[in-house]
Amino acid sequence: MRLNCPCCGPRGVEEFTYRGDATLRRPAPDAAAPDWVDYVYLRDNPAGWHRELWYHGAGCHAWLVVTRDTRTHEIADVARAVDIARHGRENTGS
Amino acid sequence: MKNDRYSIFSLLRETLRGQTGWKPAWRDATPQPSYDVVIVGGGGHGLATAYYLARRYGVRRVAVVEKGWIGNGNIGRNTTIIRSNYLLPGNVPFYECSMKLWEGLEQDINYNAMVSQRGVLNLFHNDAQRNAYIRRGNAMRLHGVDAQLLDVDAVRRRLPFLNYDAARFPIRGGLLQKRGGTVRHDAVAWGYARAADRLGVDIIQNCEATGLRMREGRVVGVETTRGFIGAGRVGLSCAGNSSRVAAMAGLRLPIESHVLQAFVSEGLKPFIDCVVTFGAGHFYISQSDKGGLVFGGDIDGYNSYAQRGNMPVIEDVCEGGMALMPRIGRVRLLRHWAGLMDMTMDGSPIIDRTPVGNLYLNAGWCYGGFKATPASGLCFAHLIARDEPHPVAAAYRLDRFGRGAVIDEKGMGAQPNLH
Ligand SMILES: Cc1cc2nc3c(=O)[nH]c(=O)nc-3n(C[C@H](O)[C@H](O)[C@H](O)COP(=O)(O)OP(=O)(O)OC[C@H]3O[C@@H](n4cnc5c(N)ncnc54)[C@H](O)[C@@H]3O)c2cc1C
Ligand SMILES: [Zn+2]
Repeated sequence: MRLNCPCCGPRGVEEFTYRGDATLRRPAPDAAAPDWVDYVYLRDNPAGWHRELWYHGAGCHAWLVVTRDTRTHEIADVARAVDIARHGRENTGS
Repeated sequence: MKNDRYSIFSLLRETLRGQTGWKPAWRDATPQPSYDVVIVGGGGHGLATAYYLARRYGVRRVAVVEKGWIGNGNIGRNTTIIRSNYLLPGNVPFYECSMKLWEGLEQDINYNAMVSQRGVLNLFHNDAQRNAYIRRGNAMRLHGVDAQLLDVDAVRRRLPFLNYDAARFPIRGGLLQKRGGTVRHDAVAWGYARAADRLGVDIIQNCEATGLRMREGRVVGVETTRGFIGAGRVGLSCAGNSSRVAAMAGLRLPIESHVLQAFVSEGLKPFIDCVVTFGAGHFYISQSDKGGLVFGGDIDGYNSYAQRGNMPVIEDVCEGGMALMPRIGRVRLLRHWAGLMDMTMDGSPIIDRTPVGNLYLNAGWCYGGFKATPASGLCFAHLIARDEPHPVAAAYRLDRFGRGAVIDEKGMGAQPNLH
């Protein structure tokens, strides 16, 4: 499996570190306990398209949001997390 | 049914008859309109649950629905290791209960599962690891589990060909559990299936659960590709696919599905007589009775339902193997495969009721659920029959994450790919 890093081009997956579901949103600091339990522990874990965070530790050190099909490992999109954070959560692929 | 018990006499009889009289080990059942209990998922855990429901809890109208065929899931894909060398109080009694069930399993289900207590040896390579293993061994012995610390000379006597004096990872000794070992995984599935079938359990293959029918907050049956099946109670036992089946009841679980690969080499003369794990990288190995080296390592580390892994982990496993046992470098690989696992947020399993009435959940076995098969079946059967947790599985609650009562053997936190 290779990820097409927007900064570095296609690189082997061993250069990256995985950090899971990219769609989770941190609750407000004073949110109720169940919201925090949801955020820390519960996952959709879909069989199909999944937006997920990868860190390019052996490359440009960027955090990336990858849209990948968990049934086939097909990759539809790789974007820099910082761009998504700046320009809102546009749907990039799925 | 009585006289198809396997024994020395049935073997002799069939030898004389040219092996023509063997009957199928279980009936290929068609679904009845309803059952007292329907188990979704015919892996090791689902079959064991059905068996203990019928055998120990007297529930007779039981069905197991399996989307593929018996043995195609993780029960037929694992590296067959059994052990009870855990550290935490929530885990040790459960896995020791499982070990004791393994010790009597073949007589209980009248099936040769090739239970082989050949020993599991975890190597250590530095002082910190030795201290951690001393602590683990002490915790095990306090719970009445066997554990033995070996110094490097004792390890060398048993496995003279390891790479002892490597500059980076010299071997300093190991923690041995003599009662650990291996069991033939397919035989566990087939043996439980046959034993459950003899007690009247319907094993329904090629029957995928596609939905759960609810009435007033309770489940009343399972929608399947072979029609609706009514059920008094439903148990989910779908290792690797737990999030998908639980979603049918509107539940989100503390689970990610990940892929784990395994490997077997060409057959060789016997030279590894126990299970060995490398302490400085992720690599473990044993030798099957056919002579193949059975080995594996880490999970691939990202969400996957693909049942196939990628090259970096294959390389990593082979590097670990070469670092520990340079002599296997020219052995040829025969097969390589992968299975899907529920990785939980604390690395420990779930056997519990759910917020939905009459719906029970057995999930989250990570990469270590084979050894748990008998105890998981027994405890899940207990939970379903009595509606209360079995004492040795009382810690495996679904709400433990919210209560801060996680059972995190590795101390990794809510990061499933690190457990
Ligand atoms: C490569 C590998 C090596 C491993 N090595 C070890 C080891 O050495 N020791 C150890 O203790 N553990 C090991 N494990 C883990 C162990 O195999 C699993 O934890 C355990 O087998 C899971 O329980 P099971 O047998 O019930 O799973 P499975 O056999 O996977 O059973 C689940 C079943 O549910 C079915 N199912 C799913 N969805 C549906 C549906 N909607 N309707 C109907 N049926 C459905 C599936 O088809 C499957 O047959 C390993 C796993 C892998 C992949
Ligand atoms: Zn990069």
